[in-house]
Amino acid sequence: MAGSALRETAAGPGADVRADDPRALVIRGLTKEYRPGQPVLKGIDLVVPGTGLTAIIGPSGTGKSTLIRCINRLVQPTSGEILFRGKDLAQLSGRSLRRARRRIGMVFQEYNLVERLTVMENLLCGRLGYVPAWRAWLRRFPEADIARAFELLDAVGLSGFATRRADALSGGQRQRVGIARAIMQEPEIVLADEPTSSLDPKSSVEIMEILSRLAAERGVPVVVNIHNVALAQRFAARIVGMSGGHVVYDGPPDRLSERDLRGIYGGENWLE
Amino acid sequence: MSARTGPDPSGASRDVAFRPNWTARAGWALLALYALYAATQLGFEPERLASGLGHGRQFLARMFPPNFSRWELIQSGIAESLQIAVIATVIGIAVALPIGFLAARNLMPPWVTWPMRALIALCRSFHPIIVAILFVKAIGFGALAGVMALIVASVGFIAKLFAEAIEEISLKQVEAVRATGAGFLSTLIMGVQPQVLPRFIGFATYQLDSNLRNSTMVGIVGGGGIGATLFTAYQRFDYDVVLAILIVIVTLIMVAEIVSGWARRVFQ
Amino acid sequence: MSAAASAAPTPRRWQRFTPLKRLARLAFTLFAVAAFVASLRTIEVIPEFLYDAPDQLADLFGRMWPMDLGYVGPTLRALVETLHIATLGTLIAIGIAVPIGLLAARNVTSSLALNLLAKFVFVTSRSVNSLVWALLFVAVFGPGPLAGTLAIALRSVGFTGKLFAEALEEANRGSIEALQAAGAGRLSTLLLGYWPQVKPAFWSIALFRWDINIRESAVLGLVGAGGIGVALDTALNLLYWDQVAVVLAAIFGVVILAEIVVTQLRSRTL
Repeated sequence: MAGSALRETAAGPGADVRADDPRALVIRGLTKEYRPGQPVLKGIDLVVPGTGLTAIIGPSGTGKSTLIRCINRLVQPTSGEILFRGKDLAQLSGRSLRRARRRIGMVFQEYNLVERLTVMENLLCGRLGYVPAWRAWLRRFPEADIARAFELLDAVGLSGFATRRADALSGGQRQRVGIARAIMQEPEIVLADEPTSSLDPKSSVEIMEILSRLAAERGVPVVVNIHNVALAQRFAARIVGMSGGHVVYDGPPDRLSERDLRGIYGGENWLE
Repeated sequence: MSARTGPDPSGASRDVAFRPNWTARAGWALLALYALYAATQLGFEPERLASGLGHGRQFLARMFPPNFSRWELIQSGIAESLQIAVIATVIGIAVALPIGFLAARNLMPPWVTWPMRALIALCRSFHPIIVAILFVKAIGFGALAGVMALIVASVGFIAKLFAEAIEEISLKQVEAVRATGAGFLSTLIMGVQPQVLPRFIGFATYQLDSNLRNSTMVGIVGGGGIGATLFTAYQRFDYDVVLAILIVIVTLIMVAEIVSGWARRVFQ
Repeated sequence: MSAAASAAPTPRRWQRFTPLKRLARLAFTLFAVAAFVASLRTIEVIPEFLYDAPDQLADLFGRMWPMDLGYVGPTLRALVETLHIATLGTLIAIGIAVPIGLLAARNVTSSLALNLLAKFVFVTSRSVNSLVWALLFVAVFGPGPLAGTLAIALRSVGFTGKLFAEALEEANRGSIEALQAAGAGRLSTLLLGYWPQVKPAFWSIALFRWDINIRESAVLGLVGAGGIGVALDTALNLLYWDQVAVVLAAIFGVVILAEIVVTQLRSRTL
């Protein structure tokens, strides 16, 4: 198990500024045990910057997905704090949790669109946290939401797809709808759980490009969980490396050395 | 099934191209033997069948031409059967939806699903006619007993299929909708319902047809509807009236099936 | 869709359904609601009966318990007869339904007239309730299980035949064409081309109908067509509720047993 301590967070340049940024996400002492006594996350301390794309890399099973899902509470943390916009996300429940969730967009590895609904209806799901249930029932969403949806379809390159059923789309197209759905929420942060793992290399690059561009245009921070290191280095402003349930690297992509990568992934062979 | 067997003339055994499937053959033979045995047990004697054919010819002669003279009676009977079917289907669906929802093993814990599934099995075990008899004895003759019996039948069918439909949905799609901050109702509407609705429409229309078929019968045991008229005519040997009523029933059911087909296309 | 390039673009509209579909859905919904309301208002229900119902039901169940165990013997005998009726009836039905099903399948029989005729036979068979079939056969053959078996058989022809024809129509064209190209005759094509493909569906349909027929056979005795319905009818007429309870329990037991058998067979063959 990599025992190297956290780098860059406490002592690195600009670290304090990042933690004070009101748009930042601060994680303290986050622990998650799926089985008692076998923690997957072992006291994570992390500051996610309030701008730009942060990529979390690391081998499978090291808790990357668990970490992301703890933020919007799809997974319940065992202990710790997740501070965002003046609230501890780990303590919320009921209506306040829903209020927080509507401000957190999420993109899933397997897109998780509602297959039988059209692209437009899937996009409008992004507004469900803001409209009453009867609007969803009658599909009478506000004009502004529909206009926003059309704009986003243009932005992700799916103009004219509004009335297509989700299950009629290719993987890359579905993920673009997934990104658009997340942005429809007008989020304050976007989480992406392995958004490119089910896609071919070309689509993967397209998706990362769309994700980082849309977020940058709206000044929204993105946290991406990814196992393709090359993609991470290409698109991320900040890289967080995890190994064995700990954060073992936290810094800019250009400072990610081979030694760091070995510390994260272990072994030399895979680098060849 | 063809087979080429065995050793060639020189005596050495060869691999067989088509091995005779002895299990299947034994199975078919058993079935045939059983059929013969059961036939004898049940009174399939040649004399009976022959005399039956003779009676049959007389019977058919008395049925033709169909007698529609007592039209008002037939009309009110059919109307009552329709009422019974419609009410039983609507109320049956309304009752079955929450029960089916509670019986879904991917949403509810076992201490909830087991009693619900037992209830559903109970509703399905008895033929609607039997249930109708019980209700007639309990709450008296008339359409109410018929409605109650068919509600029980509807609940058994729809709740079971609805629970199965829910168990087959993809929870990942539901999770994504929840992650947008949607409340419980909104998640149901946009996450669960689109996955379940097409199948639901299918079996709801099927149950309507089924209830219509049964509602024409519960009258035989006192549950209202045209079954009573049919049975009375039958017992009075007015077979031409019986044929008339049968024609009306069959036409009604065929029309209902067509309308159900339209409904399915419009709502799916 | 309007171009987004103009200074003040007209808002793009989105509707879930085309206007025609919206109208159709609205029409159907209104029709359903109207039918329900009309039925509620015109149905002849005596309100006192409704309020009385729970008490009456409780009284009924009180009379059923304890069950009359002396009636178990005749009940079991009648139960065996019911099983015979259901099984033989299903077998006969399959025997009739398969050839007609071949006529009904568009890819097996090309003549449209024959297709429609076969489908008409199926619809008629389905539309007439098994109880009514039983009445007809009792009038022809006299009371007893013979009438019951034939009633079950004829009612099941429509159900099994329709599903069987659908299974045939879904058979893969490729293997059939290959056989025909090789010069196989009709019987060979049927046995080696269609039969292997529809076998699982066939058994599934047969089991499904057998399961339903057990329930149906149990009630035929009410009109004199044999089986356990006769025992039920006798006990009901004499108002021996404890005997009725025995019969109901027996029916329930056999239905559960059949379900278990069917599920086991399903998991083995599919």
